[in-house]
Amino acid sequence: MVVWTEFERSTIQDIFSKINYDVVGPAALSRCLIVYPWTQRYFGGFGNLYNAAAIMENPKVAAHGRVVLKGLELAQKNMDSIKATFADLSKLHSEKLLVDPDNFKLLTDCLAIVVAAELGEDFTAEVHAVFQKFLAVVVASLRKQYY
Amino acid sequence: MSLTDKDKAAVKALWAKISKSADAIGADALGRMIVAYPQTKTYFSHWPSTSYGSAPVMKHGKDIMGGVVLAVSKIDNLVAGLLDLSELHAFKLRVDPANFKLMAHCIMVSIATKFPAEFSPQAHVALDKFLANLALALSEKYR
Repeated sequence: MVVWTEFERSTIQDIFSKINYDVVGPAALSRCLIVYPWTQRYFGGFGNLYNAAAIMENPKVAAHGRVVLKGLELAQKNMDSIKATFADLSKLHSEKLLVDPDNFKLLTDCLAIVVAAELGEDFTAEVHAVFQKFLAVVVASLRKQYY
Repeated sequence: MSLTDKDKAAVKALWAKISKSADAIGADALGRMIVAYPQTKTYFSHWPSTSYGSAPVMKHGKDIMGGVVLAVSKIDNLVAGLLDLSELHAFKLRVDPANFKLMAHCIMVSIATKFPAEFSPQAHVALDKFLANLALALSEKYR
């Protein structure tokens, strides 16, 4: 069971209240597709991913970025049971989407950088540490149903 | 995933914009890494303090960025250019190379907080590749 301190709970809540979902979700996913281009393998139906500009302007990428962030918000709202909350999502990624779970870390690394850019100096070392812990729990939960 | 001419140009362009903050970035990045990945503290048990902003952290962050600056100047042949540093890390410091990834991530987070506009996705991919190649050059002499 993951143990969260009061500081960690309030920090995660604070981050989610400050970030603009319409900016962060799309930015994180498009960054992932640009910085780690092999992740594009999962988005064959998304149309033009030919270069960075195309990826950043692609409406399907933006829409899916928002979906991903909504998923993270679900984790934030259920911090004491992320593993249970994500059981179905984990099965989906494993059995239907067939995503290599090592990719989850690539996306969360991009998320950390996008949130850092959004929050600037407010993204202190302590806030950063809490966010990495939260993302690590999310990633572990998404990996859980793989076999 | 070796560096193309486009990557090298992008790294140098980004570096030109951020180099005057190198010391601050180094201190921030190292401080962050120690807080966010406490297992890295094990390498610094000889310091009086590992707290964010403490003197040893700030000085060592500066030293690390000095290494990055050197690497930018040797971007056309990182393995040759970083030979001495590689020997230092291989035989004396013996830092597990997995930690280089953590440091690289924290350097990029630090740059993102201080230079959000400059650290575009295009700059990010070039820098990510550069730091990965730097880490490889640094671990060249390990075995």
